[in-house]
Amino acid sequence: MLIIKCPWCGDRDETEFSYGGEADIKRPVAPEALSDEEWGDYLFMRKNTKGVFKEQWNHSAGCRRWFIVERDTVNYDIKATYKF
Amino acid sequence: MSKYSALSLIRHAFSNNKNWQLAIKDAEPKKSYDAIIVGGGGHGLASAYYLAKNHNLKNIAVVEKGWIGGGNTARNTTIVRSNYLWTEASLLYEKSLKLWEGLSQDLNFNVMFSQRGVYNLGHTLQDMRDIERRVSANKLNGIDAEVVDAKQIKKNIPSINTSTSARYPILGASLQRRAGVARHDAVAWGYARAAAQLGVDIIQQCEVTGILKSNNQVYGLETSKGRIESNKIGLVVAGHASVLAEKADFRLPLESHPLQAYVSEPLKPVLDTVVMSNAVHGYISQSDKGELVIGAGIDPYIGYGQKGSFCIIEHCMQAIMELFPCFSRVRMLRQWGGIVDVSPDACPIISKTPIEGLYINCGWGTGGFKATPGSGWVFAHTLANDEAHHLNAPFSLDRFSSGALIDEHGAAAVAH
Ligand SMILES: Cc1cc2nc3c(=O)[nH]c(=O)nc-3n(C[C@H](O)[C@H](O)[C@H](O)COP(=O)(O)OP(=O)(O)OC[C@H]3O[C@@H](n4cnc5c(N)ncnc54)[C@H](O)[C@@H]3O)c2cc1C
Ligand SMILES: [Zn+2]
Repeated sequence: MLIIKCPWCGDRDETEFSYGGEADIKRPVAPEALSDEEWGDYLFMRKNTKGVFKEQWNHSAGCRRWFIVERDTVNYDIKATYKF
Repeated sequence: MSKYSALSLIRHAFSNNKNWQLAIKDAEPKKSYDAIIVGGGGHGLASAYYLAKNHNLKNIAVVEKGWIGGGNTARNTTIVRSNYLWTEASLLYEKSLKLWEGLSQDLNFNVMFSQRGVYNLGHTLQDMRDIERRVSANKLNGIDAEVVDAKQIKKNIPSINTSTSARYPILGASLQRRAGVARHDAVAWGYARAAAQLGVDIIQQCEVTGILKSNNQVYGLETSKGRIESNKIGLVVAGHASVLAEKADFRLPLESHPLQAYVSEPLKPVLDTVVMSNAVHGYISQSDKGELVIGAGIDPYIGYGQKGSFCIIEHCMQAIMELFPCFSRVRMLRQWGGIVDVSPDACPIISKTPIEGLYINCGWGTGGFKATPGSGWVFAHTLANDEAHHLNAPFSLDRFSSGALIDEHGAAAVAH
């Protein structure tokens, strides 16, 4: 079980959180200007990093706020958690 | 290499089984090959086998970073079925199921394929509507499928709880009688042995660390055993697909998650079929050794460690207890995880890549074991002809820009 430190509430069990996947994916400002490949890349393509990974979590059974977690996806060590 | 048969069993019994030939000889890499498959799981080994057998390629290698079948192949709960909803998916899985039916003979290796049937339970009115729809779709595609009600389920599976006062009462199920389970290790070993017999080099303890290309044409691999050249390379590395794609500078729509499974202490025969439930999310069968083989849902986060979280164990055990209260005292012996490569539409990617001569077979996620033979069959075709087989044409990488997804999420009655 992961113990995740919510930046607002402190250390809590993994079961209080929901996962939001890769961080820093920005919705394109002008989707109509993109090619199908570029739009598909935004929608579907992911880094899926093996190693330290920046991801988003939501404290869904707590304060319900989103925040960033930097976590090693091999040994699951959490390096840092912080607000957006 | 000698052929396995009843006669050979008897003959070797007389010499105290001391003279069996090694099933697969370990190969060292040659300088170059006509084709290389990266990843010695079931899918990679099957791909190499069918390349040699169906397409007459002679000089082939399989490169595996650990030992063959040590990945998801040996970690899965071995459910084999073809009752997927969408035509594209069900035809691909059905091709596999047909190959499973003759596989032990074809490979001369007992893969212990046991067609004991698979029940996909429905617990709500909506579940039952979806089941009716999927069963009808299966029938239209010539795939055996039937709807059974709670009474029939109770009759066939006496240990299951069909009480109407259960929290998630069982209303019915889809049943595919030709579905079942197989011996996972035997699938890897059988394909490896049969491929080696056709001259394929099986190279273990050889990790691919780089992909060599020039002018957008692949020409070889950097590995922990040195450089190996080929201008036809297939990547079949399951959970590590994104890691290798990155080495070749293209992107994949995958997320790798831990997926856990459990086996119990051995019991007397109590469950002679396979039961899966979407609603409570657990699935269970009993191995020939008597252990209950139980699978969970994925851990929600990306993970490359072959382990998952404790809360998933608890959740999965709750699901099994809901279905089989009589297993409440059974103790679990082992727990483990595999790394599954989940795609956005829960369907595989069996495709050319943006790099000439480089092909990829991935995205099987939580449900690729059943597809091992068919996956190898169509991937071998794709490599040999530089063109998809008609069964895998819909599963190309460019569906993520064309939008032609094959949405089996949910539709597939638990994705295992
Ligand atoms: C717990 C669990 C339960 C499952 N249950 C079912 C089920 O009931 N039914 C079903 O149909 N499917 C099931 N699956 C899914 C199924 O196991 C997979 O979809 C399938 O095994 C993938 O096959 P593979 O042979 O490609 O994978 P793998 O056996 O994982 O093979 C990939 C190989 O690539 C190698 N590799 C990785 N990187 C490199 C590199 N850089 N260089 C060289 N080699 C490399 C790995 O070591 C590995 O051996 C389950 C999976 C898990 C984890
Ligand atoms: Zn919080």
